[in-house]
Amino acid sequence: MADVKPQGFRPPFATFTAPLSALLAALFGFVVGNAYGEPWTGFVIGAILGAIIAFAIDKLPFGRTQSRLGTIVILGLAGLMTGSAGGVVSGVIIGAVLSWFIYWLDRGEYRKNVPVYYTAGQTLWHNSFMLICGLIFFFLIAPLMPVMWLSFNAQDFFTFTPEMLNFEAAGYSLKHYRDFLTTEEWMIPLKNSLIIAPIATVISVSFGTLAAIGLSQSHVPARRAIMAILISPMIVPLIISATGMFFFYAPLGNWIETNLGLSQTFVGYVKVILAHAVLGVPFVIITVTATLVGFDNSLTRAAANMGANPVTTFFRVQMPLILPGVISGGLFAFITSFDEVVVVLFVGSARQQTLPWQMFTGLREQISPTILAAATILVVISIMLLTTVELLRRRSERLRGLSPG
Amino acid sequence: MSETTQTGPMLSADGVPLKTSLARALRRQKTRALLLIAPLLAFVIITFIIPIASMLFRSVENQIVSNTLPQTVAIVGDTTAQEASMDEMLFRVLYLDMYRAVEAKAHTRLGSRLNYEKSGISSLFRTSGRKLETVGEDFEDFFKDADSGMVKGPFWHELMQGEGGEDLLNDRLGLLTDLTSLEASGDLGFTLSGEAAALLPWAARAYADWALFTAIVDEKDVSTKKPWAGVYAALALDLADPATQSAVAAYGGSGAAELQAAVANIADMPATEFRAYFEDIDDKWVAPETWALLKVFGSQYTSGYFLNAVDMKLTPDGIEQRPDNERLYLKLFKRTLIMSMVITVSCIVLGYPVAWLLANLPMRSANVLMILVLLPFWTSLLVRTSAWKVLLQQQGVINDILVWLGFVADDSRLIMMNNSTGTIIAMTHILLPFMILPLYSVMKTIPPTYLRAAKSLGATNWTAFWRVYFPQSVPGIGAGSILVFILAIGYYITPEIVGGTDGVFISNRIAYHISSSLNWGLAAALGTILLAVVMLLYWLYDRIVGIDNVKLGG
Repeated sequence: MADVKPQGFRPPFATFTAPLSALLAALFGFVVGNAYGEPWTGFVIGAILGAIIAFAIDKLPFGRTQSRLGTIVILGLAGLMTGSAGGVVSGVIIGAVLSWFIYWLDRGEYRKNVPVYYTAGQTLWHNSFMLICGLIFFFLIAPLMPVMWLSFNAQDFFTFTPEMLNFEAAGYSLKHYRDFLTTEEWMIPLKNSLIIAPIATVISVSFGTLAAIGLSQSHVPARRAIMAILISPMIVPLIISATGMFFFYAPLGNWIETNLGLSQTFVGYVKVILAHAVLGVPFVIITVTATLVGFDNSLTRAAANMGANPVTTFFRVQMPLILPGVISGGLFAFITSFDEVVVVLFVGSARQQTLPWQMFTGLREQISPTILAAATILVVISIMLLTTVELLRRRSERLRGLSPG
Repeated sequence: MSETTQTGPMLSADGVPLKTSLARALRRQKTRALLLIAPLLAFVIITFIIPIASMLFRSVENQIVSNTLPQTVAIVGDTTAQEASMDEMLFRVLYLDMYRAVEAKAHTRLGSRLNYEKSGISSLFRTSGRKLETVGEDFEDFFKDADSGMVKGPFWHELMQGEGGEDLLNDRLGLLTDLTSLEASGDLGFTLSGEAAALLPWAARAYADWALFTAIVDEKDVSTKKPWAGVYAALALDLADPATQSAVAAYGGSGAAELQAAVANIADMPATEFRAYFEDIDDKWVAPETWALLKVFGSQYTSGYFLNAVDMKLTPDGIEQRPDNERLYLKLFKRTLIMSMVITVSCIVLGYPVAWLLANLPMRSANVLMILVLLPFWTSLLVRTSAWKVLLQQQGVINDILVWLGFVADDSRLIMMNNSTGTIIAMTHILLPFMILPLYSVMKTIPPTYLRAAKSLGATNWTAFWRVYFPQSVPGIGAGSILVFILAIGYYITPEIVGGTDGVFISNRIAYHISSSLNWGLAAALGTILLAVVMLLYWLYDRIVGIDNVKLGG
């Protein structure tokens, strides 16, 4: 049992903490040195600096906050010598990471989350695994950050300007947001999106909920076939749906215009709304049937027993219980329509231009960073939607079958 | 009293046999369920299934050739291309068919349709249009010299107006509606005389074409307007026939005097050799290859689009492989499949550790981390695509950082966008949540005790994982992979923006044919093949996971 490490243990300094700290610092040194064309000098300086800081943290009687702040300040000052704000920020980041890492090693915290019987190799694997997962999460989230940052660019570029990188106020402005909110180029697509998405959602939610209730009854003939048809808009690639709709809706629209005498704009909206509604249907079906799996049918029988007619039973008993699933499905349907661009490109005309369409043409032709302002606003909207869904999910344990536990 | 003494069928409370009563209840339940489903089912079928079916139909539909040149195609169908190219009769029919098509402006459409099969054809049709009229004008001049009354509307109207030619008129009406897809509505203000149709068969057909076109498409009065020059060419065809000449001499109806005057001057009439006229317009018209093409593509349905979609072509000599420099689609399909596979594998590699971590962390921390997965999932596709454009372009964030750190020289920035690298990176990021969520929901159901049991029986970490945990997580990998693969194979937006030319998918080509090249038949054929692949995967997905078990994060 010699391998078992007690909780409060501290690893040997000279053979463990010091070399590893020096190694990390040397890597930082290498990167910084590389920026000045002297990578190996940087490597050596980094190693020495890392060893010294590790020694200070291990041996000197400072508190954790003090030593970490000290490291950060020292490296920040070193960054200041380069004369740019970017240097200071890098120094501060390196200081924070390095001091955290040294504490993590020195105080034995790297073993905090593994069982005491783990060997060194297993501990190393565990921590590498955590690092890998961390990097994957970084990969998932980080790409959105530069978009938000760049949306405050004072220039009409898609790239960072030196002023932005030096955190000068002149490099930042809200002008792209002003553009977004004041020009017709963006406001009309936004208006169109806000007309099309809610109506499409209402259609798919109302039909979808009814059908989901029908599907969850015990005896439904050809249930699998019906389900396959209803889910198909989600499975068929959008480009194929769009192609099919293009062939079908264009003559249909012309026919309606000539025979029913409706205006072209109105028919255009109807076409896009119908197309988006059918794309949203599978999401409603899936979430609502999942909710209904946990529905206790004796409740409807009890309601009927007490004299409620089917309509009353539906609105007073069933609906309140499955409401979270319905709202969740509705949000999915909404985001499907709000985010959809392929079908609207094919089915709609210029008058039905939606926000994603405008972004798509903008990205293809690279017109202005106003796209990034729009993107940031969309991210904020999606965060709000996500929060709503999360709250709904937590509030109702009934939504079983939906993944996040 | 007691039930055991009861004989006969068991009865329910109201005296009906229990079996009947139950069957009725079941039937009522089924009806109610179907009634609830019916509105949505009808909605999906009308707005989605029928459009898809119309696309499938369009991939084989080829009515444009037989609609535009109906009678020509019918003749070519019964003969060989070599004979057709020599047949004077065929060129007479072609003259009438083409004249009508040119007036309806359908000849250029036919030209571009046939151009997909043989390049250069579209110019033949386009340039022939005006010249057909010149041919007719020569005849018109002749008739004008013979009797100036013949080039006025009333002469023609009186000659052709009458009873008994309804069948011929209806035939010609059918040809016109096929050509223009306009429905004849209301009174035409014209009926064809059976006598004139018998006396002057060519002229009657040409005049009927003109009259119908004028009445239906132009919505003008037939009785006063002068007909197309082509009608004079048709009249010349009739009068050139000695039998007709003698019939005209005996004819006493309206217009007889003018016709007889024309016959008297018949020696001055330009020759009625239509094959020669077409040869003058363009010698491609008398080339057997042109007629072979019309023969092959004259049918109402064709496999031509599908053959094009797999780099073959339909030729008069049968099915052929396209030359190397024209092969495109198989390569594109292969690239789409390979890139989708690479994306799927990258998603497994990146998604598996994360899903494992989420499934094995305590609920509270897992929920927090889950938000990091769901946020990109909920974020607009275009936002994420634009994010990758910002990151990957040559003046982009990644290159900036690499240059700043000195790893890459400023003049040799990495090219990560407008090629397959860009598409793979961006799409892996976009589709990763679709891998993590199914994996997570499967892993959540694997009891952690299994791993511990394996270890306590002496398995190493690796053995325990590989022999115990991994096999149980395979359904999750299967579900996630098929989902990601299906989504990837049909992607359009991201490849279009970050893919350049090397990183585009088959879907981009479909979009190109829909909106730029306007070769809709080929787009439909490509779409149908893609749909078949997806349907196969869908079927697999249903077998492995079940459609009912599709799970959505959130």
